[in-house]
Amino acid sequence: MKVKSKKVDLAEGDLTPMIDMVFQLIAFFMVLINFAQTESNDRVKLPSSQLVKPPEVPLEFPIILHVAQDGEIILGGDDYTAETLRVGLQKEIAVIKAEGKTVEDANVVIRAHKDTAAGDVQEVIRVAQEQKLENFALRVKEDNS
Amino acid sequence: MKIRNRGEAEKSSLNMTSMIDVVFLLLIFFVMTFKIVELEGDFSVRMPLAGSDSMTMDPTDLPLKLRLQADENGKLTSMALNEISLGTDFDQLRANVVDLIGTTAPVEGEDGPEIEIDTDYNLRYEYVIRSITAVSGYKQGNEVVKLIEKIKFAKPRR
Repeated sequence: MKVKSKKVDLAEGDLTPMIDMVFQLIAFFMVLINFAQTESNDRVKLPSSQLVKPPEVPLEFPIILHVAQDGEIILGGDDYTAETLRVGLQKEIAVIKAEGKTVEDANVVIRAHKDTAAGDVQEVIRVAQEQKLENFALRVKEDNS
Repeated sequence: MKIRNRGEAEKSSLNMTSMIDVVFLLLIFFVMTFKIVELEGDFSVRMPLAGSDSMTMDPTDLPLKLRLQADENGKLTSMALNEISLGTDFDQLRANVVDLIGTTAPVEGEDGPEIEIDTDYNLRYEYVIRSITAVSGYKQGNEVVKLIEKIKFAKPRR
């Protein structure tokens, strides 16, 4: 009787379609990834408006102030209140002046939570005005509906 | 002479395991860091501190006044444009602004009409943005018709 030699064959599925798909997925996520999202803050949910368009040129010398729902202000990772914000703004202004620009060149970008009290936003503007800042941008989400 | 059977050509296969490991790691990294980007824009407000403006103010060129009132929960209860009560209807507000300034030749830039928003302290910011949207323009198809570009805030009410 002839005995067949039993060669242990490695069962290998065809990996090509899977690798194709995985590379497609990687390409998709790579294209959509946006590292420049440092401007956003998890505590801020912006209100929306149909009229705004994303700016074609970025604002010069932006000072980004996040106003959370409870009125707390976040500037450069530090928390401030309307009373202590002056200190934070002065630091930012010092940087702008060191670059040879004046305070009037700076743009204060206010990213306030949609449910925050309007008075808190006004207080932020008032404190900034006291530091001779005069250009403000109220940031809102684009609403395409 | 013995001739080897060439029919069984050995399949040359690369070892894919390490590549797949790395590729999956990359995939997980991108999936975890993925965040849908919401498009954002700005309403520009130029507001120098009162009195510091060197421009001479024309007393006849007073800004329109928009008064926003809120209940204790921060919900809008009434709006008034130059003392004309408008309820809580933003379309009504827009129509009134159109009536007041006209749309035939919207003036842009520094000479355009100005509006001062006077809001209750606890009014939700969302309503302020909605009123700013209503007074600053409207959409006609894909084009934006601008109404008032100069917006300022009154002193905060405590």
